[in-house]
Amino acid sequence: MSHSPAHLRARSEAEAATLPPLLAKAEHLAGTVLLGEHGRRRAGMGDDFWQYRPAQPGDRRRSIDWRRSARSDGTYVREREWQIAQSVMLWVDQAASMRFASDTALPEKGDRARLIAMATAVLLIRGGERVGLTGGVLPPRRGEPQLLRLAQAFSTDQPEDYAEPEARLMLPHARAIFISDFLADSAPVEAALTKAADRGVRGVILQVLDPSEEAFPFRGRTIFESVGKTVQHETLKAGELRARYLQRLADRKDWLTQVSRATGWQYAVHHTDRSAHEALLWLYRAMEGVR
Amino acid sequence: MTLFGIGFLSPWLLLGLLALPILWIILRAVPPAPIRRMFPAVVLLLGLKDDDQVTDRTPWWLLLLRILAVAAVILGLAGPILNPREAGERGSGPLLIAMDASWASAGDWAAQQEALEALLLEAQRDGRTVAMLRVSDPEPLQFQAAETWRSRLPGLAPEPWLPGQDLYAEAEAALDDGAFDTLWLSDGLAHDGRADFLAALESRGAVRVVQSARPLVVMAPPGFADGAIELTLWRVETAGSYAAHIAAHGRDPSGNAAVLARAGAEFADGAAEAQVSLSLPAELRGRITHFEVEGQRSAGAVALSDDSLRRREVALIAGRDDREGLELLSPLHYLEKALEPNADLLQGALGDILPANPDVVVLADVATLAPAEEEALLAWVEKGGLLLRFAGPRLAASDVSRAEEDALMPVRLRAGGRTVGGAMSWGEPKALAPFAEDSPFAGLPVPEDVRVSAQVMAQPDPVLADRVIAQLADGTPLVTRKRIDQGQVVLVHVTANAEWSTLPLSGLFVQMLDRLAVSSSATTPDAESLEGTTWEPLQVMDAFGALEDAGTRPGVDWPELVAARLGPDLLPGLYQSEDRRLARNVITAETELAAASWPARIPVEGLSRPRETPLAGLLLSLALALLAVDVVASLALAGRLTGGMRTAAVVLLALGASPPPAAAQSTDDFALAVTSEVVLGHVLTGDPQLDQMAYEGLTGLSETLFFRTSVEPAEPIGVDLETDELAFFPFLYWPVAADQPIPSDEAYAKLNEYLRSGGMILFDTRDADIAGFGAASPNGQRLQRLAQPLDIPPLEPVPEDHVLTRTFYLLQDFPGRHVGRDVWVEAAPPDAERIEGMPFRNLNDGVTPVVIGGNDWAAAWAMDESGNPIYPVGRGYSGERQRELAYRFGVNLIMHVLTGNYKSDQVHVPALLDRLGQ
Repeated sequence: MSHSPAHLRARSEAEAATLPPLLAKAEHLAGTVLLGEHGRRRAGMGDDFWQYRPAQPGDRRRSIDWRRSARSDGTYVREREWQIAQSVMLWVDQAASMRFASDTALPEKGDRARLIAMATAVLLIRGGERVGLTGGVLPPRRGEPQLLRLAQAFSTDQPEDYAEPEARLMLPHARAIFISDFLADSAPVEAALTKAADRGVRGVILQVLDPSEEAFPFRGRTIFESVGKTVQHETLKAGELRARYLQRLADRKDWLTQVSRATGWQYAVHHTDRSAHEALLWLYRAMEGVR
Repeated sequence: MTLFGIGFLSPWLLLGLLALPILWIILRAVPPAPIRRMFPAVVLLLGLKDDDQVTDRTPWWLLLLRILAVAAVILGLAGPILNPREAGERGSGPLLIAMDASWASAGDWAAQQEALEALLLEAQRDGRTVAMLRVSDPEPLQFQAAETWRSRLPGLAPEPWLPGQDLYAEAEAALDDGAFDTLWLSDGLAHDGRADFLAALESRGAVRVVQSARPLVVMAPPGFADGAIELTLWRVETAGSYAAHIAAHGRDPSGNAAVLARAGAEFADGAAEAQVSLSLPAELRGRITHFEVEGQRSAGAVALSDDSLRRREVALIAGRDDREGLELLSPLHYLEKALEPNADLLQGALGDILPANPDVVVLADVATLAPAEEEALLAWVEKGGLLLRFAGPRLAASDVSRAEEDALMPVRLRAGGRTVGGAMSWGEPKALAPFAEDSPFAGLPVPEDVRVSAQVMAQPDPVLADRVIAQLADGTPLVTRKRIDQGQVVLVHVTANAEWSTLPLSGLFVQMLDRLAVSSSATTPDAESLEGTTWEPLQVMDAFGALEDAGTRPGVDWPELVAARLGPDLLPGLYQSEDRRLARNVITAETELAAASWPARIPVEGLSRPRETPLAGLLLSLALALLAVDVVASLALAGRLTGGMRTAAVVLLALGASPPPAAAQSTDDFALAVTSEVVLGHVLTGDPQLDQMAYEGLTGLSETLFFRTSVEPAEPIGVDLETDELAFFPFLYWPVAADQPIPSDEAYAKLNEYLRSGGMILFDTRDADIAGFGAASPNGQRLQRLAQPLDIPPLEPVPEDHVLTRTFYLLQDFPGRHVGRDVWVEAAPPDAERIEGMPFRNLNDGVTPVVIGGNDWAAAWAMDESGNPIYPVGRGYSGERQRELAYRFGVNLIMHVLTGNYKSDQVHVPALLDRLGQ
């Protein structure tokens, strides 16, 4: 891989082009939650004052406590009461099957999954938690810079059609969030969850589905293809398959519910035609419950 | 081949219909093509089997649709025709279509063309070759395929003459020996030589005649009797009564073709002739170019008018008051008698008559004229008038033209004149000498008994010989003439009464007046006098009675013009020789028309018959429509009809459905929107780009006003002059485009009401006034057209002290995108004066209703949403300065609109302060 300056620059610009929108959208989404009753208060707002510390580069200017700072030459940040930070591990399905939207007006499943994951990460990091990705891609860390690293990690796509949950290198007793469409083979999912449960990791499973996957509004002679075109299925009367397809989908959901219940995880379905805010609220509350 | 009253051009194609059942089976067997669909949840589908192993079949109604479409294509290609002519009526072998093609068939030429088209179509179907022969212009026969003739059909036209013996003979010579059937399109009139031609045709095959039943009405040349125009109409078919309408065409005072008068004529039952007399003022009568029987559209129904209708206006002025009871001694008596039948006489003072612009002024024994009269008379002569003077005792006694030639006299006169053959003189009264060749009187017979006993004498002069046009037997000039510019002065050296000569008593007097074109005869000029003249065609008439410019057609010699038959060498029309005009009409007084009579053995039929209607186009369109429906239905079945495609399909199916209802502006909403804020309006010109620019310009101006002044306008609004109420707008910007439509009369009524009630319109020609104010640029001309019906006061360029120069900013220039010249506003009242000690004049109250300029202000004002200028103005800093000045002009203008002359009233401030005791 060449690392000529021009190449680097082109790449970094391409990366930077995708990062800010995702980050901005995620921050925006997270902001809506912070204003709600479930939001965590920032430093200085409540009774859980812990200490003042000198301001460091990277601190937001509004977090500086000017009253305290005025009493001396340095600037101080008021920190809230120290809590034992949780590590939250994210796994977001980046496979080809997520790059699908049945309508141009709808976001792709992958985009929605990343947005929700990112927004959750924003909330968690502001809450002082450590957030990382599973599989050793990005170890859990604190602080705003971690958000940039997360966003960068989310901006890569995987070429395979369907991805398996990554449960390696999970910190014991950490929390985990798995976001995917969970359409792929069920065995790896079960294996991953079991492995996580063995390590005392609990978390949530968010299944992101496109409305057409839920409704199966197809008729006539059709060849169905996966996004990567590795799998296909031909039918002469798509309309007649609908009932059986819906049954299979319901089975899959049931199975996911059971597996998650068995391992102490929480499970929910999100459709891309609903608002991301809704999923975020659920996810956030579920995480609080997990904690 | 004919099935159920429908004939087919290529019936064997119908065999294709047999293939339809096979098509049904094939279509039924082939399932619709699969659609490829991206679907991540396909993994859930894996392993699912279709219940029904039989393919998803095309539904029966879709099959039917397709079969119908194919059937329609097959039927359409087979060339179906509704109402085909029965096979029995039609012959085989070559067909000759003979046409009289004279003006008499011009009236229903369109119907004949249609009939021909049908005939040719039929011949095409039967595979017959066709030849066409126009008897009025025979050419050798050419038997060709009917399609060839069909393509040439629109070029066929009738000729403005009738076929006669010679033309029929020529047509007969054009026939070849082969056998053919004939179809004769007759014009319905009897012609000499037709029987021979018919016999010749019958010897070669069957003859069928098609003849129109349309009543033929023609008009004889107009006559003039008892001060009214006599119009005579003839018709061929005399049964039943018939009301004809006659229109007199001519030029209106501004020179445009117009119908000057109308009359109706009624044919009684059985009458072949109808008459109507039309009494018109001489002025109107002189402008008539032709009469036409309306609705006939043939050359026979048009009668051109010529000099025979024109009556010259002759002003008679005598120097001596008429003495009561001495009529025969009156200097004008003989002139009146001679001129009355053919000319309109004007009498009165010279000053009153000249403005009426008579053709001729006759001064009988008038010696001196007032200088003003003389000047006016001279100017009139120079413009082509004919001044005819008669001598008499007064002239002889006066000093007029004695020492040097008077401008209004052709020659100098010797004092006293002479008297011959009287009691106190020697010699015999003199007779006239024969007229010289180059005299206008040449050829007139000189009566023996004309004697001249007294006359005024011309002073011998080098130019005298050229000016004499009649002389006495002893060589003394009797009539002299001088040309002045386009006009002429003629002096008759004797009196106009019988005092000095017997000339006024003779017929020669009238003829001489005639030759001088003092009068023009109502009858055709006598043949001898016109012998040898050549007549140049001015306008010629085609068979439809339409006049066209004669172009470079050769002239026609006299006897031929009236005597020869009309033909390719002599077209009906208007001919001119010197200053006479003669109309050669299709119908002359001698024309006799008779209905055509055919031998009983010849079948005659009318033009109208059930029309053969080809159905191919209809069926093919139906097939296309069915296929379009099929496309939509197939897409719908295959599940590919989604979103936008569904809309498109619906649009496709609803072709021809009503257009979307225009966003009707509720009047109340509009009024509320416009009146709740100050709104600047621009007139919608119909040019979207220009309207957009005007909108952006006013947006920019509104923004500027908002920032700089306390005027806070809302979004500007485009105003449709036809529909919107104008009263709500204090100000309208009207950009002028060269091709902008002229508003309706109602819109102008609204605009005038708007201007009167205090509105202001800024007209912007946007052309920088390149050609000076409104003169020649297309936009300027358009502005003139647009503003013509508007109630606009007198205008002047903005004066230095106009209130517009100081309503908000102090300005002296009003640039826009162009730094144009003058901007025009309502003129100040003429009595506006500067009061001592005041900086400005006390100008008119109120707001100028219009401001007119060409500086393209909207472009300079135009701003986008973020406040950036849209169009470039000038260069660099000076350009920005110019834009700034444009904004300032806009601000001043709106301030002027909204505050009126508030700033102007400040001139009274000192006086007010004074009164307050300050």
